[in-house]
Amino acid sequence: MTTRTRATSPGALPAAAAPPRRRRTRGFLILGALAAAVLLAAVLSVMVGARPVPPAGVWQALWSPSGTDADVIVRELRLPRTALGLLAGLALGLAGALMQGHTRNPLADPGLLGVTQGAAFAMVLSIVVFRLGSVYGYIWFGLAGALIASAAVFALGLAGGGRAGPTPVTLALAGAAVSAFLHALTSTVVLLDKQAMDVFRFWQLGSLAGRDAAVAGQVLPFVAAGTLLALANAPGLNALALGEDVARSLGRNVALTRFTGIAAITLLTGAAVAACGSLAFVGLIVPHLARALSGPDHRRLLPYSGLIGAALLLAADVTGRVVAHPGELEAGVVLALLGAPFFVALIRRTRSVHL
Amino acid sequence: MTHPPLSPAVRRRALRAGGLSVLPRPRAIAVTVIGLALLLLLTGLHLRLGDIPMSLAEVTRAVLGGGTGGERLVITELRLPRALTGILVGAALGVSGAITQAIARNPLAGPDILGVTSGAGLAVVALTVAGGAAHGGPGGTLAAVGIPLIALAGGLAGALLVYGLAWRRGLDGYRLVLVGVGVVAVFTNLKFWLLTAGDVNDATRAMVWISGSLNARGYEHVVPVAAALAVILPVTLTGGRVLGALRLGDDTVRGLGVRLDLARGSLLLCAVLLASVATAAAGPIAFVALAAPQIALRLAGVAQPPLVVSAITGAVLTTAADLAARTAAPVELPVGIVTAVLGAPYLIYLLIRTRRTRGGT
Repeated sequence: MTTRTRATSPGALPAAAAPPRRRRTRGFLILGALAAAVLLAAVLSVMVGARPVPPAGVWQALWSPSGTDADVIVRELRLPRTALGLLAGLALGLAGALMQGHTRNPLADPGLLGVTQGAAFAMVLSIVVFRLGSVYGYIWFGLAGALIASAAVFALGLAGGGRAGPTPVTLALAGAAVSAFLHALTSTVVLLDKQAMDVFRFWQLGSLAGRDAAVAGQVLPFVAAGTLLALANAPGLNALALGEDVARSLGRNVALTRFTGIAAITLLTGAAVAACGSLAFVGLIVPHLARALSGPDHRRLLPYSGLIGAALLLAADVTGRVVAHPGELEAGVVLALLGAPFFVALIRRTRSVHL
Repeated sequence: MTHPPLSPAVRRRALRAGGLSVLPRPRAIAVTVIGLALLLLLTGLHLRLGDIPMSLAEVTRAVLGGGTGGERLVITELRLPRALTGILVGAALGVSGAITQAIARNPLAGPDILGVTSGAGLAVVALTVAGGAAHGGPGGTLAAVGIPLIALAGGLAGALLVYGLAWRRGLDGYRLVLVGVGVVAVFTNLKFWLLTAGDVNDATRAMVWISGSLNARGYEHVVPVAAALAVILPVTLTGGRVLGALRLGDDTVRGLGVRLDLARGSLLLCAVLLASVATAAAGPIAFVALAAPQIALRLAGVAQPPLVVSAITGAVLTTAADLAARTAAPVELPVGIVTAVLGAPYLIYLLIRTRRTRGGT
């Protein structure tokens, strides 16, 4: 493919390095196809379930609800769940691409900054202290834990990296160390407290099921802010891919670029993880899929990753409802069982784009 | 452009004997000696612990064959196996991690990436949940014999799957790591799913094993790990020269006359065997394989995770963690939890102190 052999265009010079018209057309085509896939997954996600609703019923429920069962199901149960899946998938896909770009490590997932484990620890603590039945009533604890943990990782990465801002290696290692530390604390609490264990094992799996209808609205501002920051980060990330020294000589503020990226990762992952549990696999796998379409240019990679993430999570959720009808299988399990073999096959087929 | 002054390592004379030459590194040797001394001290402290408290002098006497019969029994039959399991498992994980990180050229790549830990974890959770509530819980023979065996089988099967899927006209470090990510994700999610599908009591019991524990270990756990280390460690040490060259890139290594796929394949096999045997003995002790090589390379001041220092670091970390696991909390914690609590802050401290480490992999 042409995009793979093309050299990375430094985002600092967008006008001079603009791709030829043919490549731009191809980019729009891919973007359109991905958006269509997201739309299809969203429509299916509203229609399919324990009680299927035909397209006509969905249409009626959306525009002229009359209080029938189908209307209630669509408006009260399916739509909030679809919205949550869209937001969480978009957030995790974007965060994964940012994380892998910033650490230049294909193993980096959005949880690497300690975000996932910070949220987990805060939630488990809140269960023990306040004796809650469900974690999801306390989404704010998760969000706060995620923010604190990632701030700590960033501070440590900064301290390890020196004046120029955190380097990929210090960031990755500091993240791994803090995550392991927090995970150990969470495991201790869970082992000592059986009620926390009972809630935690479901949180760990990740799912879109049974969330309060208000959750999607609660996380929306965080995801929106994170998405804007992420897209604004793309040109800087392109320059950083050439190495920090080159990026600096191109006029990039390296520390600012890193800070923007990490703020975006924290907002996106914190919101998704607090709402849906540990679904980190989306963020790990999606950027590799997107990179096969986009090549190394983050200005394409980021939007593709977000769309693929949303489509993949919704599709996994729908599949989980179909295969275990009338019950359902958690989206996290479906993602791993279907997504991972596909991912492995893709890696074997293509010459992967190295970071 | 002027060249930087030659580093001491370059100016130092190599020791030569026939066709072999060794470059002595004083700092690595010092770290090794200090590490061994620390390990001895920690083991002594470890052996004192238990229902019958003993002084360090009594412990030393009993280990050397003196003391009363009761003391000897307590020390050599009950406490020494546990301490030895910790030391050997830590060393095996340290070496395994050093090899994997060198081959993948990635500080985040441990034997976990090769599917060993998650394969073993999945197999054990499946056994616990399936044979749990229905058969009165895995106790007695099933726990003593069945779990290590099934863990070993699961670990090897996981590694075989990753290796087989990653092999495509040769082995590429990058592809290996990515395939590992995919396979590990499947195993981990299946494991979590089994935990939610089962009874909460079984889930808690399985959680103890998958956190890694050195509780109630006997010589039947020590012997396999010791044998594996005795055979594999010398092999990897001779292969260590290739590991050093791997940092320079595949083509350079080939240019140096190394049969790359053969060398890489056999080194990976060593890493997998060490990690599988260690996991079978003590459960997946988290973080040792990741942290020990990274701590070791910073302590020894070299560019590549050094094998011997990694082994000693792993052993010290695991023993210290087991010591803390038995004394710190009111109930005894699984050692795998404490390794992270001890190892993570130390790794972070080293990261901050050696802030001039160059980034960019």
